[in-house]
Amino acid sequence: MQFSPESNEKIQHLLTHFPPERRESALIPVLHLAQKEFKALTPEVEELVAQTLQVPIVRVRECLKFYEMFSDKPVGKYHFQVCWNITCSLLGAEHLIDYLSKRLGIRPGEVTKDGKFSLRGMECLGACSEAPTMLLNEEPHYNLTEEKLDKMLKDLGVNGIPYNQSVAMGTTSPEAV
Amino acid sequence: MTENQVKISSRNFEVPEAYRLKVALEQGAYQGLQKAITMAPDDITAEVRKSKLRGHGGAGFPAGVKWGFVPKDTDKPKYLCVNGDESEPGTCKDRLILEKDPHLLLEGIAITCFAIGIHTAYVYIRGEYHYPTKILNQAIREAREAGYLGKNILGSGFDLEVYTHPGAGMYICGEETGLIESLEGKKGWPRIKPPFPALIGVFDCPTVVNNIETLSYVPSIIMNGAEWFQGLGTPNSGGTMLFSVSGHVNKPGVYELPVGTPLRKVIYEAAGGVRGGKELKGVIPGGSSAPILKPEEIDVPMDFDSMMGIGTMLGSAGIIVLDQDTKMVDVLFWMTRFYSHESCGQCTPCREGTAWLFKIASRIREGRGRVGDLDLMLELCRFIEGRTVCPLGAAAAMPTRAMVKKFRGEFEAAIPKSKATAA
Repeated sequence: MQFSPESNEKIQHLLTHFPPERRESALIPVLHLAQKEFKALTPEVEELVAQTLQVPIVRVRECLKFYEMFSDKPVGKYHFQVCWNITCSLLGAEHLIDYLSKRLGIRPGEVTKDGKFSLRGMECLGACSEAPTMLLNEEPHYNLTEEKLDKMLKDLGVNGIPYNQSVAMGTTSPEAV
Repeated sequence: MTENQVKISSRNFEVPEAYRLKVALEQGAYQGLQKAITMAPDDITAEVRKSKLRGHGGAGFPAGVKWGFVPKDTDKPKYLCVNGDESEPGTCKDRLILEKDPHLLLEGIAITCFAIGIHTAYVYIRGEYHYPTKILNQAIREAREAGYLGKNILGSGFDLEVYTHPGAGMYICGEETGLIESLEGKKGWPRIKPPFPALIGVFDCPTVVNNIETLSYVPSIIMNGAEWFQGLGTPNSGGTMLFSVSGHVNKPGVYELPVGTPLRKVIYEAAGGVRGGKELKGVIPGGSSAPILKPEEIDVPMDFDSMMGIGTMLGSAGIIVLDQDTKMVDVLFWMTRFYSHESCGQCTPCREGTAWLFKIASRIREGRGRVGDLDLMLELCRFIEGRTVCPLGAAAAMPTRAMVKKFRGEFEAAIPKSKATAA
């Protein structure tokens, strides 16, 4: 297992940001790169990151477990993260999470059988004056409504029945993930 | 609101494409830096101290005083860490500066570094802010090419490199020593202070940690002078402030107003009042860590001292407005979930205490609260506060205590009475 040439180039560039004896400072950005490239921070990826930065593997594991954005399992190809902190919840976030949950056929914290969708609640996204808010992958969505979600879901091929059940019944052809 | 309101940190929010250097220059960007490099560095720090610029990240520490703690006679390199981990619930202003006016921030960074003798600055931005980070990186490239950053800035002989650095979704990394640990590639466990970062910070070197908004006021202070800036605010907190207003208001938004503007005015004038013509029930005035205020308390001036005087805090000026229909049982649930989720696990009182607060708030919300739960929560708050390395524990305990005390009747009504206590 190795990084792509593009990632390697980015890592070499990142290392110039820090004093030479402090290369482990690049750990968090490198974990972001690794997760993007390999979808999940599996033990093999941990080892690759540890070797690349010449840090003990336990340091890599510690950060993987500590930071919310890192995961050792892949999330869905389309990862819905709805803010459920105070302001967004005041303005209907819990309802929107329930709605997404129903349409996707998964509970928060789950991934559809075909790996296409995942859903979770997240803490404050820093856009409270445009609540309710959500991230779909890296893209923030503001002033969220059921109608806006409907449109997004339609564009992503989610129709009448809860998506996860339609996958199980074979009525939706699973896309390559 | 009056139209001629002084705008400093938000002055370019309405200017299209002000994130581009060309547009920013047309708006006067980097003039403060041009002036600063002709000044003695110590005079810059003195001016900022005199301006009464306070930290806008939440703690409100005087910026110039913080800069003054950095030793002058050290052989070690010095660093600036810019705190862009914006994650205090209710706060959404630093993102706007990054997205709409990154050159204002870069100018503030450059002046600050020139004043303190810093040649490397890291802008630590929360990992979820992909787009703002992209915009800032682009601005850094443009500024560097034009000679406002990099080697020999504007012919002054002063060098400065600015790098962005991503977080990865942890509230605790907004605490300055948690941020430093994270920047060093570790889990963001706050450090015991002292030593303060000004002496031993990132890479064991003297380090200044300032919030994005704080630094965005520096160019104007240099351009217009400390007295002008101080005069906009109150005797102890100069200038203006970005108020993030969210929740049940007609016009949620980010409003720049003088420090010391009454909370009532922010809610009813700037943000257009409670939506749907409803009555106000309460206001969380400075991010979710700030103890809640009741409607009769909102004539308080929004400055650090006045807010502390009525038992709350200005914090990050993230104002969450709650209307008459809000269930405080829900708000407490959402709030304690946040703190128990974000407690970093280092200190037992906070790790266990916030988990207990959330557990109790959850069962009250589910209608399974027990007699004595409210007093148990208050006792837990007492056990958490003051017994932890960093302020997260207190940030959970203080608002919990205020909510339970000020809305006690509502919580009691949500707890089924046991046979023994039923009248």
